Amino acid sequence: MAGATRPQRPLSPHVQVWRWHVTMLTSILHRVTGVALYGAALGLALWLMAAAAGAEVFGPTHEFLLSPIGQVALYLIVAAVAYHLANGIRHLVFDSGAGLQPADASTSAWFAIFFAIAAPIGLWALVTFGG
Amino acid sequence: MRTPLGKVRNHGAGAAGTGHFIAQRSTAIALAVLAPWFVVNSALSLKGGNYLGAIDFLTQPLNAVGVILLVLIAFYHMWLGMQEVILDYIHRPFTKVLLLLLNTFGLIAFGAGAVFAVLMVNFGA
Repeated sequence: MAGATRPQRPLSPHVQVWRWHVTMLTSILHRVTGVALYGAALGLALWLMAAAAGAEVFGPTHEFLLSPIGQVALYLIVAAVAYHLANGIRHLVFDSGAGLQPADASTSAWFAIFFAIAAPIGLWALVTFGG
Repeated sequence: MRTPLGKVRNHGAGAAGTGHFIAQRSTAIALAVLAPWFVVNSALSLKGGNYLGAIDFLTQPLNAVGVILLVLIAFYHMWLGMQEVILDYIHRPFTKVLLLLLNTFGLIAFGAGAVFAVLMVNFGA
Protein backbone atom coordinates (compact mmCIF):
# COMPACT_ATOMS: atom_id res chain seq x y z
CA MET A 1 0.00 0.00 0.00
CA ALA A 2 1.37 3.38 -0.99
CA GLY A 3 1.47 5.89 1.86
CA ALA A 4 0.20 8.73 -0.31
CA THR A 5 -3.10 7.05 -1.08
CA ARG A 6 -3.78 5.79 2.44
CA PRO A 7 -7.14 7.15 3.65
CA GLN A 8 -7.28 9.05 6.95
CA ARG A 9 -9.22 6.49 8.89
CA PRO A 10 -9.27 6.36 12.70
CA LEU A 11 -6.60 3.98 13.94
CA SER A 12 -7.40 1.09 16.24
CA PRO A 13 -6.76 1.75 19.94
CA HIS A 14 -3.20 1.26 21.00
CA VAL A 15 -2.38 1.10 24.69
CA GLN A 16 0.56 3.53 24.71
CA VAL A 17 -1.10 6.29 22.71
CA TRP A 18 -4.68 5.83 23.83
CA ARG A 19 -6.03 8.88 25.63
CA TRP A 20 -7.43 7.85 28.99
CA HIS A 21 -11.19 7.95 29.07
CA VAL A 22 -13.71 7.18 31.79
CA THR A 23 -15.67 4.77 29.58
CA MET A 24 -12.49 2.69 29.37
CA LEU A 25 -12.42 2.43 33.16
CA THR A 26 -16.12 1.48 33.39
CA SER A 27 -15.62 -1.28 30.84
CA ILE A 28 -12.67 -2.77 32.73
CA LEU A 29 -14.38 -2.38 36.10
CA HIS A 30 -17.47 -4.19 34.83
CA ARG A 31 -15.41 -7.27 34.11
CA VAL A 32 -13.32 -6.98 37.28
CA THR A 33 -16.41 -6.63 39.51
CA GLY A 34 -18.10 -9.43 37.59
CA VAL A 35 -15.26 -11.84 38.32
CA ALA A 36 -15.10 -10.64 41.95
CA LEU A 37 -18.85 -11.20 42.37
CA TYR A 38 -18.37 -14.72 40.99
CA GLY A 39 -16.22 -15.36 44.06
CA ALA A 40 -18.69 -13.55 46.33
CA ALA A 41 -21.59 -15.68 45.06
CA LEU A 42 -19.62 -18.87 45.75
CA GLY A 43 -19.12 -17.41 49.24
CA LEU A 44 -22.89 -16.93 49.56
CA ALA A 45 -23.37 -20.59 48.58
CA LEU A 46 -20.86 -21.63 51.28
CA TRP A 47 -22.62 -19.38 53.82
CA LEU A 48 -25.96 -21.07 53.05
CA MET A 49 -24.36 -24.51 53.37
CA ALA A 50 -22.80 -23.47 56.69
CA ALA A 51 -26.24 -22.40 57.95
CA ALA A 52 -27.65 -25.79 56.93
CA ALA A 53 -24.73 -27.63 58.56
CA GLY A 54 -25.62 -26.27 62.00
CA ALA A 55 -24.47 -23.85 64.69
CA GLU A 56 -21.00 -25.38 65.18
CA VAL A 57 -20.09 -24.84 61.51
CA PHE A 58 -21.98 -21.54 61.18
CA GLY A 59 -20.31 -20.02 64.28
CA PRO A 60 -16.78 -19.64 62.86
CA THR A 61 -18.20 -18.50 59.50
CA HIS A 62 -20.21 -15.83 61.27
CA GLU A 63 -17.22 -14.80 63.42
CA PHE A 64 -15.16 -14.34 60.27
CA LEU A 65 -17.82 -12.13 58.67
CA LEU A 66 -17.97 -9.99 61.83
CA SER A 67 -14.16 -9.65 61.99
CA PRO A 68 -12.53 -6.53 60.44
CA ILE A 69 -11.43 -8.49 57.35
CA GLY A 70 -14.93 -9.93 56.92
CA GLN A 71 -16.57 -6.53 57.32
CA VAL A 72 -14.24 -4.92 54.78
CA ALA A 73 -14.90 -7.83 52.39
CA LEU A 74 -18.68 -7.42 52.78
CA TYR A 75 -18.37 -3.66 52.22
CA LEU A 76 -16.38 -4.22 49.02
CA ILE A 77 -18.88 -6.85 47.85
CA VAL A 78 -21.72 -4.33 48.29
CA ALA A 79 -19.68 -1.78 46.31
CA ALA A 80 -19.07 -4.38 43.56
CA VAL A 81 -22.79 -5.27 43.44
CA ALA A 82 -23.70 -1.57 43.23
CA TYR A 83 -21.20 -0.95 40.45
CA HIS A 84 -22.08 -4.04 38.40
CA LEU A 85 -25.78 -3.20 38.84
CA ALA A 86 -25.46 0.45 37.76
CA ASN A 87 -23.13 -0.30 34.88
CA GLY A 88 -25.24 -3.33 33.89
CA ILE A 89 -28.31 -1.10 33.58
CA ARG A 90 -26.13 1.30 31.57
CA HIS A 91 -25.27 -1.56 29.21
CA LEU A 92 -28.95 -2.53 28.86
CA VAL A 93 -29.64 1.06 27.80
CA PHE A 94 -26.73 0.84 25.33
CA ASP A 95 -28.25 -2.37 23.92
CA SER A 96 -31.38 -0.41 23.06
CA GLY A 97 -29.19 1.92 21.00
CA ALA A 98 -29.52 4.89 23.36
CA GLY A 99 -26.83 6.77 25.29
CA LEU A 100 -23.97 5.90 22.96
CA GLN A 101 -22.89 9.47 22.16
CA PRO A 102 -19.45 9.99 23.77
CA ALA A 103 -20.68 12.79 26.06
CA ASP A 104 -23.73 10.78 27.21
CA ALA A 105 -21.65 7.63 27.70
CA SER A 106 -19.15 9.57 29.85
CA THR A 107 -21.90 11.11 31.99
CA SER A 108 -23.52 7.74 32.66
CA ALA A 109 -20.08 6.24 33.34
CA TRP A 110 -19.43 8.80 36.08
CA PHE A 111 -22.90 8.11 37.46
CA ALA A 112 -22.13 4.37 37.73
CA ILE A 113 -18.88 5.12 39.57
CA PHE A 114 -20.64 7.58 41.88
CA PHE A 115 -23.34 5.00 42.65
CA ALA A 116 -20.69 2.36 43.47
CA ILE A 117 -19.17 4.73 46.03
CA ALA A 118 -22.44 6.09 47.44
CA ALA A 119 -24.47 2.86 47.71
CA PRO A 120 -22.26 1.00 50.24
CA ILE A 121 -21.99 4.17 52.35
CA GLY A 122 -25.78 4.51 52.21
CA LEU A 123 -26.33 0.88 53.19
CA TRP A 124 -23.76 1.16 55.99
CA ALA A 125 -25.57 4.24 57.33
CA LEU A 126 -28.96 2.50 57.05
CA VAL A 127 -27.70 -0.58 58.92
CA THR A 128 -25.86 1.45 61.57
CA PHE A 129 -28.29 4.28 62.25
CA GLY A 130 -31.61 3.24 60.68
CA GLY A 131 -34.31 0.70 61.54
CA MET B 1 -18.76 -28.07 21.98
CA ARG B 2 -21.12 -28.98 19.16
CA THR B 3 -19.14 -28.01 16.08
CA PRO B 4 -20.40 -29.57 12.85
CA LEU B 5 -17.60 -29.97 10.32
CA GLY B 6 -19.10 -27.41 7.95
CA LYS B 7 -18.97 -24.75 10.65
CA VAL B 8 -15.45 -25.67 11.74
CA ARG B 9 -14.06 -25.35 8.22
CA ASN B 10 -14.46 -21.61 7.76
CA HIS B 11 -18.16 -21.72 7.03
CA GLY B 12 -19.27 -19.46 9.85
CA ALA B 13 -19.65 -19.30 13.60
CA GLY B 14 -21.43 -21.71 15.91
CA ALA B 15 -24.54 -19.50 15.58
CA ALA B 16 -25.18 -19.70 19.33
CA GLY B 17 -24.27 -16.06 20.00
CA THR B 18 -27.78 -14.61 19.93
CA GLY B 19 -29.04 -17.10 22.49
CA HIS B 20 -26.09 -16.27 24.72
CA PHE B 21 -26.76 -12.54 24.33
CA ILE B 22 -30.47 -12.86 25.18
CA ALA B 23 -29.84 -15.16 28.15
CA GLN B 24 -27.22 -12.81 29.58
CA ARG B 25 -29.54 -9.78 29.29
CA SER B 26 -32.68 -11.46 30.61
CA THR B 27 -30.84 -12.86 33.64
CA ALA B 28 -29.34 -9.37 34.12
CA ILE B 29 -32.84 -7.82 34.27
CA ALA B 30 -33.97 -10.40 36.85
CA LEU B 31 -30.82 -9.84 38.91
CA ALA B 32 -31.29 -6.06 38.82
CA VAL B 33 -34.29 -6.76 41.09
CA LEU B 34 -33.10 -9.80 43.04
CA ALA B 35 -29.54 -8.68 43.91
CA PRO B 36 -30.39 -5.30 45.52
CA TRP B 37 -33.35 -6.93 47.28
CA PHE B 38 -31.08 -9.57 48.81
CA VAL B 39 -28.25 -7.17 49.73
CA VAL B 40 -30.51 -4.67 51.53
CA ASN B 41 -32.85 -7.25 53.05
CA SER B 42 -30.08 -9.51 54.37
CA ALA B 43 -28.01 -6.55 55.66
CA LEU B 44 -30.97 -5.22 57.65
CA SER B 45 -32.19 -8.64 58.87
CA LEU B 46 -28.83 -10.17 59.76
CA LYS B 47 -26.96 -7.23 61.32
CA GLY B 48 -25.46 -8.16 64.63
CA GLY B 49 -27.32 -11.46 64.42
CA ASN B 50 -26.25 -14.98 65.20
CA TYR B 51 -26.98 -18.51 63.99
CA LEU B 52 -30.64 -18.33 65.01
CA GLY B 53 -31.00 -14.97 63.27
CA ALA B 54 -29.75 -16.51 60.03
CA ILE B 55 -32.11 -19.48 60.39
CA ASP B 56 -35.04 -17.10 61.08
CA PHE B 57 -34.12 -15.18 57.95
CA LEU B 58 -33.94 -18.25 55.73
CA THR B 59 -37.15 -19.84 57.06
CA GLN B 60 -39.34 -16.94 55.99
CA PRO B 61 -40.96 -18.23 52.77
CA LEU B 62 -40.36 -15.03 50.78
CA ASN B 63 -36.68 -15.01 51.74
CA ALA B 64 -36.25 -18.73 51.01
CA VAL B 65 -37.81 -18.44 47.54
CA GLY B 66 -35.92 -15.20 46.86
CA VAL B 67 -32.56 -16.69 47.83
CA ILE B 68 -33.16 -19.84 45.72
CA LEU B 69 -34.12 -17.69 42.72
CA LEU B 70 -31.10 -15.45 43.31
CA VAL B 71 -28.72 -18.41 43.41
CA LEU B 72 -30.19 -20.07 40.30
CA ILE B 73 -30.37 -16.93 38.15
CA ALA B 74 -27.08 -15.43 39.40
CA PHE B 75 -25.24 -18.70 38.78
CA TYR B 76 -26.62 -18.91 35.24
CA HIS B 77 -25.53 -15.30 34.64
CA MET B 78 -22.09 -16.05 36.14
CA TRP B 79 -21.75 -19.16 33.99
CA LEU B 80 -22.32 -17.09 30.83
CA GLY B 81 -20.05 -14.26 32.00
CA MET B 82 -17.14 -16.42 33.08
CA GLN B 83 -17.41 -18.39 29.83
CA GLU B 84 -16.95 -15.11 27.96
CA VAL B 85 -13.93 -14.15 30.10
CA ILE B 86 -12.30 -17.55 29.57
CA LEU B 87 -12.87 -17.44 25.81
CA ASP B 88 -11.40 -13.92 25.68
CA TYR B 89 -8.18 -14.59 27.54
CA ILE B 90 -7.37 -18.30 27.42
CA HIS B 91 -6.26 -19.56 24.03
CA ARG B 92 -4.49 -22.84 24.74
CA PRO B 93 -7.09 -25.45 23.75
CA PHE B 94 -6.52 -27.81 26.69
CA THR B 95 -6.51 -25.07 29.36
CA LYS B 96 -9.51 -23.41 27.76
CA VAL B 97 -11.67 -26.53 27.71
CA LEU B 98 -10.51 -27.45 31.21
CA LEU B 99 -11.55 -24.05 32.60
CA LEU B 100 -14.86 -24.09 30.71
CA LEU B 101 -15.67 -27.49 32.23
CA LEU B 102 -14.55 -26.34 35.67
CA ASN B 103 -16.83 -23.28 35.33
CA THR B 104 -19.78 -25.51 34.45
CA PHE B 105 -19.23 -28.27 36.99
CA GLY B 106 -18.19 -25.91 39.79
CA LEU B 107 -21.30 -23.76 39.43
CA ILE B 108 -23.63 -26.76 39.21
CA ALA B 109 -22.05 -28.23 42.36
CA PHE B 110 -22.12 -24.99 44.39
CA GLY B 111 -25.61 -24.14 43.07
CA ALA B 112 -27.02 -27.54 43.99
CA GLY B 113 -25.39 -27.29 47.41
CA ALA B 114 -26.78 -23.81 48.03
CA VAL B 115 -30.35 -24.66 46.98
CA PHE B 116 -30.29 -27.88 48.99
CA ALA B 117 -28.99 -25.91 52.00
CA VAL B 118 -31.99 -23.53 51.88
CA LEU B 119 -34.36 -26.50 51.62
CA MET B 120 -32.59 -28.27 54.48
CA VAL B 121 -32.83 -25.21 56.75
CA ASN B 122 -36.56 -25.06 56.00
CA PHE B 123 -37.54 -28.71 56.05
CA GLY B 124 -35.03 -30.09 58.53
CA ALA B 125 -32.70 -33.02 58.51
